[in-house]
Amino acid sequence: MKISHRALLGATVSLTLAGAALAETTITVATVNNGDMVRMQGLMDDFNAKHPDIKVEWVTLEENVLRQNVTTDIATGGGQYDVITIGTYEVPIWGKQGWLTSLNDLPAEYDVDDLLPAIRGGLTVDGNLYAAPFYGESSMVMYRKDLMEAAGLTMPDAPTWADIEKAAAAMTNRDAEINGVCLRGKAGWGENMAFLTAMSNSFGARWFDENWNPQFDQPEWKATLDFYLNLMNNYGPAGASNNGFNENLTLFQQGKCGMWIDATVAASFVTGKDSTVADKVGFALAPDNGLGKRGNWLWAWSLAIPSSSDAQDAAKTFIDWATNKDYLALVASKEGWANVPPGTRTSLYSNEEYAKVPFAKMTLDSINSADPTNPTVKPVPYVGVQFVAIPEFQGLGTTVGEIFSAALAGQKTADQALAEAQAAVTDEMKAAGYIQ
Amino acid sequence: MARAASPRRKFLTTLAAWAVALVIFFPVLWMILTSFKTEASAVAMPPEFLSADWTFENYETVWSRSDYPRFFWNSVVISVGSTLLGLAIAIPAAWAMAFVPGKRTKDLLMWMLSTKMMPAVAVMIPLYLVFQRTGLFDTKLGLVLALMLMNLPIIIWMLYTYFKEIPGEILEAARMDGASLWNEIVYVLTPMALPGIASTMLLNIILAWNEAFWTIVLTTTKAAPLSAFIASFSAPQGLFYAKLSAASAMAILPILILGWFSQKQLVRGLTFGAVK
Amino acid sequence: MSTQSTRLAARLMVAPSVFVLFIWMIVPLAMTLYFSFRFYRLLTPERSGWVGLTHYTWFLNSPDFWLALFNTLALVGGVLVITVILGVLIALLIDQPVKGQGMLRILVIAPFFVMPPVAASIWENLFMHPQNGLFSAIARGFGAQPILFLENYPLMSVIGIVSWEWLPFATLIFLTALQSLSSEQLEAAEMDGASPLNRFRYIILPHLTRAITVVILIQTIFLLGIFGEIFTTTQGGPGSASTTLPYMIFKQAIVAKDIGRAAAGGIIAVILANIVAYFLMRGIGRHLDN
Repeated sequence: MKISHRALLGATVSLTLAGAALAETTITVATVNNGDMVRMQGLMDDFNAKHPDIKVEWVTLEENVLRQNVTTDIATGGGQYDVITIGTYEVPIWGKQGWLTSLNDLPAEYDVDDLLPAIRGGLTVDGNLYAAPFYGESSMVMYRKDLMEAAGLTMPDAPTWADIEKAAAAMTNRDAEINGVCLRGKAGWGENMAFLTAMSNSFGARWFDENWNPQFDQPEWKATLDFYLNLMNNYGPAGASNNGFNENLTLFQQGKCGMWIDATVAASFVTGKDSTVADKVGFALAPDNGLGKRGNWLWAWSLAIPSSSDAQDAAKTFIDWATNKDYLALVASKEGWANVPPGTRTSLYSNEEYAKVPFAKMTLDSINSADPTNPTVKPVPYVGVQFVAIPEFQGLGTTVGEIFSAALAGQKTADQALAEAQAAVTDEMKAAGYIQ
Repeated sequence: MARAASPRRKFLTTLAAWAVALVIFFPVLWMILTSFKTEASAVAMPPEFLSADWTFENYETVWSRSDYPRFFWNSVVISVGSTLLGLAIAIPAAWAMAFVPGKRTKDLLMWMLSTKMMPAVAVMIPLYLVFQRTGLFDTKLGLVLALMLMNLPIIIWMLYTYFKEIPGEILEAARMDGASLWNEIVYVLTPMALPGIASTMLLNIILAWNEAFWTIVLTTTKAAPLSAFIASFSAPQGLFYAKLSAASAMAILPILILGWFSQKQLVRGLTFGAVK
Repeated sequence: MSTQSTRLAARLMVAPSVFVLFIWMIVPLAMTLYFSFRFYRLLTPERSGWVGLTHYTWFLNSPDFWLALFNTLALVGGVLVITVILGVLIALLIDQPVKGQGMLRILVIAPFFVMPPVAASIWENLFMHPQNGLFSAIARGFGAQPILFLENYPLMSVIGIVSWEWLPFATLIFLTALQSLSSEQLEAAEMDGASPLNRFRYIILPHLTRAITVVILIQTIFLLGIFGEIFTTTQGGPGSASTTLPYMIFKQAIVAKDIGRAAAGGIIAVILANIVAYFLMRGIGRHLDN
């Protein structure tokens, strides 16, 4: 009697479970509208075939808007999203807050050890992997081989800033609308400050000393900003204080830049179908000044699960699908190797087919030469190459970015800009309680 | 002001008027032209007017990449819904203020307008929290309510100015004849106020259709309207002007057509209220 | 005209609007006021507490604050001047007997239908861009250096874009106002030998007073809160050359995620808006009476 009861109960439970497994789970995936993510949405047939019980709803937004919505949701425990796309800056901060679900229990086939160590390190807090990298990037020099040749110069694989200046001077031809070098000038922690912070590392500068005292009054920052302003004023495009990644990409594609130092991801665009100079582009490591650090950054757009999501398992299944080796193979089979999301897995770079992609090696070398846990020449209390992984940095970076952008527009001298930056950052760090 | 004019003068003014109108319209025209160009052609220098590579590619891309009908439908529901609900609340209020004015009516009107003066960004988090806790977040009902309340002061205010144009004597006469308040509103007032109501409605549908802050902040998937659709095409990596133009054209086309068909109504209604 | 019962009925009819608007105003306002005295940063929830007037003094002491205040008023004033003057002129022109008036109207009001972020993006990228914009092409065509709109004239550029967005609204209202002007009056004045300028000054302009009041009031309310166009084009820069008060608040709320500070900024903006509204009502409010 007892036994049969239990058997009955067991049967009911297993029936219920079977029913639950068949029921459709809907997950909401928030993502930026970058090319690789849009491509993923086009490949959803594969996911749907493998996981018919999971329905994916997309929220695709421009980067700034997405970041705003996702941050508000996660900080207020909204629970609107099951998978979010965030970057190397957010992951350590949000992970520490307990806002993200640990991904340590991804299946063995996922082969987490295959992830590039630098990228994986940036997404790990206290031994917990909090986000799976979708694509990774560093920054490097993209240059016009034809213009360099015409100027009688060759670009070293690992140039110094002096090499860059020399090349910029030689390639600039205002009458032909060719600017020797295009760099970011648009204000923002993820725009000009990403570039300038990474650049300052190679000049031996740092945002803060070991006690969180701002360092904009130090000679290293002065050297950085002077060099940048001089380079841009002499060899940069007009109106550069409004140029971000996308504006410079357009200029380079139109053949109006001799060099462009920016994200490695741009390589597939400048050699792609919209580019008028696709077959003339060479790549080199980001420049240095012989101090042991290069001016290149490290970033990974990654997929993470908010703790507030109520569909954790389905979300994990999706992340596994979108970032595992099979996905890379899937993209390669449908869209070609050049369109595979770069910069996440060691195995991709040992693939012979992928090695034929012109920018593959330089991307890997750039990523490997960035070290977010030890980004500067002098010691610092923070992690992050082109950012400082503290919650206050978005505000700080944007404020300083505006000041430097004004200097580029000619409204301020370098000294004024640095003094203002020092004062503004000191105030904010006091208000936030880092320093007295 | 239809006066007899010499043919020469008419020709000149026609020429001038069309020139001005085309200048104002040109950015929209340029956007529509851009939407039919390839991305490279869209930023070509010198600009390509007739020699561009014309293509439907952008529309195909935009259509295949996102669920336009759903965004479109959400926009329709939200803008029409918020406007109708707003009118339902505003008509009695505007009527009362116009025909039974008290000492404080003007102050009340100004107070209503002043509720619109809080910058949206400053109340973003408070409203976000309210919507989240009440379950209105990412629902069409929530957006209908938000946009209705946002535009309600404008609706009341426009209706008030229209209603004030209606001579009070007519109402009094109706009342003398023993018409009830209800009959008075339905049979006397409404027909006279219809143009004003119609233009208020159109103007508010346009305002609601174009609202691009709250509609993005307070939605994710289920209630997201065309403003979110547009935000998924602006500023990605790489060239995007042609695709953004195509997405924009798809977003403004419905409202442009509505405006086209109703512009006479719109103009007539506006005359009625705004002008004395 | 008003008996006791109609008065009561009128109160009942106004009540729903007043009630919902009061809730709509007071809940966010009370929360904002509360937050404005609190330490509340989205990304550091572990820190919280009362901070007194710190957020308010931060705004008032910020080097950008007075500039932002000036920019806000300049933006509102600039757009009002441009849209009212151009609006009246264009309305006068289109009101003449011209061919295809209906089509003309549609062309003129079309900008009103474009979503503001799109309008800003189009202007920035397809017109004002220093290398690829149409204006730069025109400048080059004349052998001149392209004007760097967003770098050298950021606030003026934003005013220009916003004016383009609001010009149709103003024109439309003026146009309809003109069409109700009796032609006899004008003809009589013409017979009496009044110059076109005098006819405009003494007949047309007084007739337009109320329409102008409507345009100024409605536009002011919308323009005081503008930040989307600035975000899309200049991001308040270079430096803070085109930062307005709403944009300053936007930076605190959305970039720095400092809700407390943004709330204080919001309260300051409300006070400012009410001051503007007060002067506006004193200046032009009487034109609203019959």
